[in-house]
Amino acid sequence: MQLFRLTAHELHNLLINKEISAEELNSAVFDRIEAVEDKIAAYTIRTKERAIERARMVDRQIRAGEKISPLAGIPIAVKDNMCTDGIRTTASSKILYNFIPPYSATVVEKLEAAGATVVGKTNLDEFAMGSSTENSAFFPTRNPWDTGRVPGGSSGGSAAAVCAGEAVCALGSDTGGSIRQPASFCGVVGMKPTYGAVSRYGLIAFASSLDQIGPFSRDVTDCALMLEAICGHDPKDSTSADYRVPEYTSSLVDDVRGLKIGVPEEYMAEGISPEVRGAIIKAMSLLESLGAEVDYTTLPHTEYALPTYYLIAPAEASSNLARYDGVRYGFRAVEGEDVIDMFMKSRSRGFGPEVKRRIMLGTYALSAGYYDAYYLKALKVRTLIKEDYDRAFEKFDVLLSPTSPTTAFRFGEKVDDPIQMYLSDICTISVNLAGIPGISLPCGFVDGMPVGLQLMGKHFDEGTLIRVAYTFEQNTNYHKRFPEI
Amino acid sequence: MITEKDVDHVALLGRLELTGEEKEMFTKQLNDILGHFQSLERLDTEKVQPTAHVLPLQNVYREDQVGRHISREDALVNCPDRNENYFKVPRII
Repeated sequence: MQLFRLTAHELHNLLINKEISAEELNSAVFDRIEAVEDKIAAYTIRTKERAIERARMVDRQIRAGEKISPLAGIPIAVKDNMCTDGIRTTASSKILYNFIPPYSATVVEKLEAAGATVVGKTNLDEFAMGSSTENSAFFPTRNPWDTGRVPGGSSGGSAAAVCAGEAVCALGSDTGGSIRQPASFCGVVGMKPTYGAVSRYGLIAFASSLDQIGPFSRDVTDCALMLEAICGHDPKDSTSADYRVPEYTSSLVDDVRGLKIGVPEEYMAEGISPEVRGAIIKAMSLLESLGAEVDYTTLPHTEYALPTYYLIAPAEASSNLARYDGVRYGFRAVEGEDVIDMFMKSRSRGFGPEVKRRIMLGTYALSAGYYDAYYLKALKVRTLIKEDYDRAFEKFDVLLSPTSPTTAFRFGEKVDDPIQMYLSDICTISVNLAGIPGISLPCGFVDGMPVGLQLMGKHFDEGTLIRVAYTFEQNTNYHKRFPEI
Repeated sequence: MITEKDVDHVALLGRLELTGEEKEMFTKQLNDILGHFQSLERLDTEKVQPTAHVLPLQNVYREDQVGRHISREDALVNCPDRNENYFKVPRII
């Protein structure tokens, strides 16, 4: 039995029936990492000792007959932009290459409190800015289905780790699609919860009004288990919502009868590859045959989402990244003549090209004389985009679309053309602007590469997304495929 | 139209020191990107309220009580240069 191929809920049963120990499970995952990491490069750092030590604690609980949580002993990877007490946290940036946080992000604390073992930190596009991990200051991560292709991004390391069996589940963050697009490219399940559903405390900020942490997993059941573990109000994040977290596992129901599913026609238009569109149409037919009412709808401001996002996100980023000045942590250029010179030299050498590009774009959009024309205009269009969704959700329970216009692209294909790279987020960014939840799950393969199906829901209605995703999954086999590495 | 002079100004505001090559690249790319974004002008947004934040949250307060916080030593442990309990930086004036 290859333990690294199993899901958290399958492993949990093996653990509580004492068929395996948590230590064996964690060792099996580290053996898998040893075997494939040369080819995949998902991790910036691995934390074997810490994981094994925690696995032994879980084993002691099981031996003592204590009840363990569904994630206890389960090896989980954490995107390297979430703080981990005592473990280097870099955001895949040179400017944080030596940063060891003195505290953990709330999500990490919650997972560890549930007994999960953190196996390592995963690679990302520097500061989560990118769609391929090619912007990592360290190395790119490769797609386990074809190592000549990107895993997507920015949470490419987390997606690839879960896909390759180098972790059972993982955490990612999603500002404009950074969980869903890599989930789509790697053929795993990835969810961006409603803005405010998960605490951002300890997440290295990119664009604070858009950033949200969420899970990667190999099936929808594990997604629900991860959500239950990480959602909820946190007094340390004043933007986290004070709401009662539903039992998401009770939404794991194989039934979509009577549900109204809308397909925004703008998401099926030109720019979407014919093969991807074909897979989505097949998914629509399947859900319809299972009793859902599927119909086309419209989100008329969709074409404005990309410029809106690429003004708001860089504007917020330029402000958030002002803190990297070489004073309190991170890289400092030593030969600064005075303090301003030191700031400028530290930042210029510490940040990579995409981060600089976004600081420039955001600073420009916020600068005197341009604020109204760019930033304020974008905030107003954001309202129109949000209202599109409000109207669509008056008629539909869930919206359905491709997650990305194409399957995973090749290394180097888009890296020199920022606009082409930005366009690979075209199906995911509106969800962040509206603050609604979105999930990507595998819905087909084109030339051996996975295609992602995106479902979008009402604020705090992750439950319905899980229900539709679970029903789709139970009636297909795409999630059972495993890449040859 | 963004000129290289605008790029210099924005770089200074963003505390970035750009090489000649970077200046040239960003001048071109910012023009391309913002040119692409001109489509927003087509929308009449005069009567539209801006959305800075999607949740209807305001004035989130907590009780004014002393909580757990990281120690001074922990706060200083990552800094590139220090003098006892202070962050040390090059001269300011």
